[in-house]
Amino acid sequence: MSTPLLQMSDVWLRLPGIANRPILAGVDLEVAAGEVVGLVGESGSGKSVTARTALGLVPRGAQVEGRVLVDGTDVLSAPADRLRRLRSESAAMVFQDPRAGINPMRRIGDHLTEAARFAKRGEDVRAARKRALDLLEAVGLPHPERHLKQFPHELSGGMLQRVMIAGALMGSPKLLLCDEPTTALDVTTQKEIVSILARLQQDEGMGMLFITHDLDLAASVCDRVHVMYAGQVVEHASAKELFASPQHPYTAGLLASTPSLEVVQERLRPIAGTPLSLLADPLGCTFAERCDRVMEGLCTTQRPELVEHGDRADRCLLNQTTEVAG
Amino acid sequence: MAPAVTILKYVGRRVLGVAITLLAASFLIFASLYAAPGDPADFLTQGRTLSPEAMASLREQYGLDDPFLVQYLHWLSGVLHGDFGTSFQFRDDVTTLIGARLGTTLTLMVMAAVLITVVGLTAGIVGSLNAGRAADRLVLVMTTFLAAVPSFVAAILLISVFAVRLGWFPTFGGGEGLLDRIYHLTLPAVALSLTFVALVSRVTRSAMLEELGREHVEVATSRGVPRSTVVRRHVLRNALGPILTVSGILVAGLLVSSAIVESAFGLSGLGSLLIQSVDKSDFPVVQAITLIVVGAFVLVNLLVDLLQPLIDPRTLAGEAGR
Repeated sequence: MSTPLLQMSDVWLRLPGIANRPILAGVDLEVAAGEVVGLVGESGSGKSVTARTALGLVPRGAQVEGRVLVDGTDVLSAPADRLRRLRSESAAMVFQDPRAGINPMRRIGDHLTEAARFAKRGEDVRAARKRALDLLEAVGLPHPERHLKQFPHELSGGMLQRVMIAGALMGSPKLLLCDEPTTALDVTTQKEIVSILARLQQDEGMGMLFITHDLDLAASVCDRVHVMYAGQVVEHASAKELFASPQHPYTAGLLASTPSLEVVQERLRPIAGTPLSLLADPLGCTFAERCDRVMEGLCTTQRPELVEHGDRADRCLLNQTTEVAG
Repeated sequence: MAPAVTILKYVGRRVLGVAITLLAASFLIFASLYAAPGDPADFLTQGRTLSPEAMASLREQYGLDDPFLVQYLHWLSGVLHGDFGTSFQFRDDVTTLIGARLGTTLTLMVMAAVLITVVGLTAGIVGSLNAGRAADRLVLVMTTFLAAVPSFVAAILLISVFAVRLGWFPTFGGGEGLLDRIYHLTLPAVALSLTFVALVSRVTRSAMLEELGREHVEVATSRGVPRSTVVRRHVLRNALGPILTVSGILVAGLLVSSAIVESAFGLSGLGSLLIQSVDKSDFPVVQAITLIVVGAFVLVNLLVDLLQPLIDPRTLAGEAGR
């Protein structure tokens, strides 16, 4: 396989003064061309920060270590100009809330063509407008010409998310980062947006990082899925394997707390406790205090490594000790 | 763009509001001075004892014995025709008195308004873009200090340093001709604007900080739009609404503050005339200037209201549904 479009190796991100534990604690992640990689986990697990770090969008005062390569460019050390070119040409992001993500005081057409007009020098305005019209049609908006002149408040949330997707595709990116693109939308709209994203990803052969907390959605969209907890990837596997046999208790817990149409369940079993606070920095496994299979004296004192088993991996002492024992 | 009918409705609603406000204000102003202690006739006679006949004819001449409403309507119809009555102390048309002083005060206000906008905006923008750093802290300390300095103290300090010690500017008077007038009014304008510069820069800073935190700003950055373009097109542009609203109120309020500065610099303007007239119970002049102050407030706010839809298209969206 050729070099991945996105390659994050051992990425750490700390916010001194705000968080005691690292926000990202050694994240490894790869997305190849044409591949859809899912990133799932509860809120606060570091999914969004991971995607933003891939574009070099880190919070002020953050200390970042590790290596982030996007289409061959080292994001963390690239000069501002190179980073801007990368953002306008190689990688783009679809954000969660389209109502907040598009400037309410500017027209849709302005939003779509802005990057073309200001980020790439010398881009033909008329060509950008033509591309905007084509993309609005591609994302299934009925009146592209009219929408260009409209303001965001004149469109529904679902329509705006289509605009957001069209806007992300304006620069023909090779890598598309989707940060919970359907969370702010109603259920029927969610389905349409997901199918639009999947179709465009296939047509353009883009690599896609799909962030969601909806496991079923991840299963239907992604080739591989990474599960994040407290700033670490705790398990990754192909979507099929992950759902068939979750190895990490957190993944298993997420699955058990998701309603299913196929399997009749008496009641959903939520994961006990709350996600790890930013102020807590435990010595052992970050999930230990919520884990229903915690091994006393072991999990609370020893931080597990991500261990590969074939083409999947997990970060749980349970699987490592049985392996040693067996 | 919103249909023409919506725009007309929006403008019409606000113009009507202005008319009603001015009418109500004129009534309040007239009524409060009517109720004020002291008989205007006492001032007119200046302590001399007049024969009952002479007194009666004087009261007749100024309409002092008419019922309140008749006096008010008489005054109001005069105002609507540009006649504010006759000054007690100068025995001259109020309109003429005001006209002679309006130029100085207006020039002073325009100069102060330019200073406030340019310096206040710049300081606020610089502060917000460097939030938490040295430049921001400097802006915060300076504005706290400036906001606390009363304009008469600023006036005295400016006169003693720049006019007396350094001799760069005149200490007194309004000057002849436009350039000379601007030269004479520089120190007064600075003294007048300091507090307001501080307020505008604080408002600008917080409005900018709020907009800087918006997700669409991050989206624009994520699309490779250069920082300066993001700040100009998404942060400053969106922050203009609150900045404009506050600046409008402050600039209209300059007219009130100018009274102190005009006195300190010996300028013959509306503000100093107001102080003088209050002192002498010269009701017609006080009424006229107070009405002008209210009018300035209302008109500046009307202007701000009319500009708002150009900044934020959502302003008209509410109107269309009405």
